[in-house]
Amino acid sequence: MRRVYLDNNATTAIRPEVLEALTPYLAEEYGNASSIHSFGQRARAGVERARAEVAALVGAQPKEIVFTSGGTESDNLAIFGVVGAAKLDQGGTKHVITSAIEHHAVLNACQHVERTGVDVTYVPVGSDGIVDPEDVRREIRPETVLITVMHANNELGTLQPIEEIGKIAREADVYFHSDAVQTAGKLPLDVRKLGVDLLSISGHKLHGPKGVGALYVHRGVHLEPLFYGGHHQGDLRPGTENVAGIIGLGKAAELARREQAGEAVRIGGLRDRLEEEILATVPQTGVNGSRERRLPNTTNIYFEFIEGEALVIALDLKRVACSTGAACSSGAIEPSHVLTAIGKPPEIARASLRFSLGHLNVAGDVAYAVEVLPETVHRLRELSPLYRKPTTANV
Amino acid sequence: MSEVMQPEIVVAMSGGVDSSTAAAILRAQGRRIVGLTMQLWNQRRLAGRYHVPDGVRGRCCSIDDVYDARRVAEHLNIPYYVVNFERQFEEKVVQPFVRDYLAGRTPIPCTLCNNWIKFDELLVMACQLGAEKLATGHYARIRYDAGTGRYQLLRAVDKSKDQSYFLFGLSQEQLGRAIFPLGEMTKERVREVARDHQVPVADKRESQEICFVPTGDYAQFIEAYVAEQGNGQLLRGGGAVVTKAGEVLGKHGGVHQYTVGQRKGLGIATGQPLYVVGVDAAAGQITVGEETDLYQQSCIAREVNWISIAPPEGPVRVEAKIRHKHVPAPAKVAPLDEGRARIVFDEPQRAITPGQAAVFYDGEKVIGGGWVETVPA
Repeated sequence: MRRVYLDNNATTAIRPEVLEALTPYLAEEYGNASSIHSFGQRARAGVERARAEVAALVGAQPKEIVFTSGGTESDNLAIFGVVGAAKLDQGGTKHVITSAIEHHAVLNACQHVERTGVDVTYVPVGSDGIVDPEDVRREIRPETVLITVMHANNELGTLQPIEEIGKIAREADVYFHSDAVQTAGKLPLDVRKLGVDLLSISGHKLHGPKGVGALYVHRGVHLEPLFYGGHHQGDLRPGTENVAGIIGLGKAAELARREQAGEAVRIGGLRDRLEEEILATVPQTGVNGSRERRLPNTTNIYFEFIEGEALVIALDLKRVACSTGAACSSGAIEPSHVLTAIGKPPEIARASLRFSLGHLNVAGDVAYAVEVLPETVHRLRELSPLYRKPTTANV
Repeated sequence: MSEVMQPEIVVAMSGGVDSSTAAAILRAQGRRIVGLTMQLWNQRRLAGRYHVPDGVRGRCCSIDDVYDARRVAEHLNIPYYVVNFERQFEEKVVQPFVRDYLAGRTPIPCTLCNNWIKFDELLVMACQLGAEKLATGHYARIRYDAGTGRYQLLRAVDKSKDQSYFLFGLSQEQLGRAIFPLGEMTKERVREVARDHQVPVADKRESQEICFVPTGDYAQFIEAYVAEQGNGQLLRGGGAVVTKAGEVLGKHGGVHQYTVGQRKGLGIATGQPLYVVGVDAAAGQITVGEETDLYQQSCIAREVNWISIAPPEGPVRVEAKIRHKHVPAPAKVAPLDEGRARIVFDEPQRAITPGQAAVFYDGEKVIGGGWVETVPA
């Protein structure tokens, strides 16, 4: 029985090689990486090898990598870390620039610092789902302490002009953070070329384990920690290291670095076929955001006169897993902030589905998805309340 | 769950014992079912404006209820999803509820939810997913009458649990697609069956209040809602409390705080017990009187829906029920124009209240029903 998973931007399967690499660290090599004895030393050696792999994936030095519990913590550490250090450094109002299409890990962190008296500017995006670097430049003020703009958008896959914004940040001498959770493993990343001071990645988005992530912190960037405890990871992230998770992330990073170029082409081909088939066989559909500047694995498609939630369920009953633009797990009320930010009306935002492919997808997955989609959409539309309402008046 | 699922029946699962047992029964019959829980209202929304004391559980769409429904679905090994109808629920149920109270009526949101959410939005989604039927945990029965070619709505076997009153608005199409697995069962039997199937919520406490007002304090909810909407001016307190003779006895806190037949909360001390006998929103007045003033012989209903019979040409003899807990009383219903009807009771009835439903019975059968519009003095 075929099960087709097209929701790799939500999470991915752990690859067998990753599972094999991390398993010994759960039961045999269980030492605390901070311990003096040989148990601890072996765990430490594993953690440091993983750190080197993660550093290599993003073009950083190993000592610039801080392991965290995932993308959300990395984003929070970057934002609260910079803002907190700036507040300690000197008084006066602080200012942060971000974009309207960030992941909630950034957006809600920014909204929180706003409540503590920090000014935050949310730079808009065009209908292509891409930030204009000049909009960022225009917002810079003397009190600006941080610019945070994501590398690739999780809903649309659109790529942001990080290099250009990096130059602007450097000229203005403002710290620059980028949430690259969706890019890591899918496209090359080079922190020097990008000109970022801080960069977030997450293990489970690149076929590593959940509950582990990393933050690249450029040498000399001063952050206030989120947590206080022992002297782990240069005091920046205390707490006994999640050794097995870190080993898994390291292995996933190694595989990603080795295979990324080929996989981008292969997965990009599958995505293009999926997208073209849907647009060709299902009428009244279209792609949200830029089709040129985006991740090779993601497509976000609207199906007019459809409630995305109903289509996700109908497809799941046919063993095809994808997601609506809106991410809230208990069923979201508001249409996706990303689709709203690119100017989509609420009914189109609610009619949109995200398909995101990954390492495990093969041509047969796409063939099956495009086989079941047209009939499923047709049935939903035929019964769409937007066409017809059952009447409570007497018949 | 290994095959592609072509569902026959969608079960509306609230996380309570009734709908959970309905699902368990259908599952045991080998029907292909999918469970859906409707997210209808965000209890946190009016937080700060509306006090929910400790110990009052959020009854509707709380994390706990969704958790329970999910647990039951897992136990039954059926596909299960939470679907969001908050937008539709607010428009079709919450706003009319608030509007009715502000207009001096006493609404029944459960019926609006049945008409416009469960057996409309959710039924449409069930059909979209390929199901033929929608099952709920209602205590009521449906029978197809080959003679008339109509689906008939019948009272539940368990008279103390009967919910047919809340279902009078359903069309033939909606009834034809509804399944009420509990209609033939007593509540005790439902709990037994739940225990037999080891349904995780078999002994869960039952909710009595309107789901989105878990405290039961409607006035407070309405005040919080209109404040949130920036419509505080709609709450017109300070109007007069008058007798039928027009004597002003005092002031009231807003017409939305009163319902016909109410005795408490008038804040007026007199020798005789006083009752609300009329709510005039246009004049901002509450009329009070003695208990005997509550008795009326007739009312006009609007949006009358005939269920078990074709719309009649002339008057019909029925037993009519004017609120959920009312004992049906003999009456004559005469159709009027524009979907209205005049209901004349054989004996005067206590506290016929605008906004409530008048539902017409012939023994077990629900013949039809409508919304009480006016009660001629």
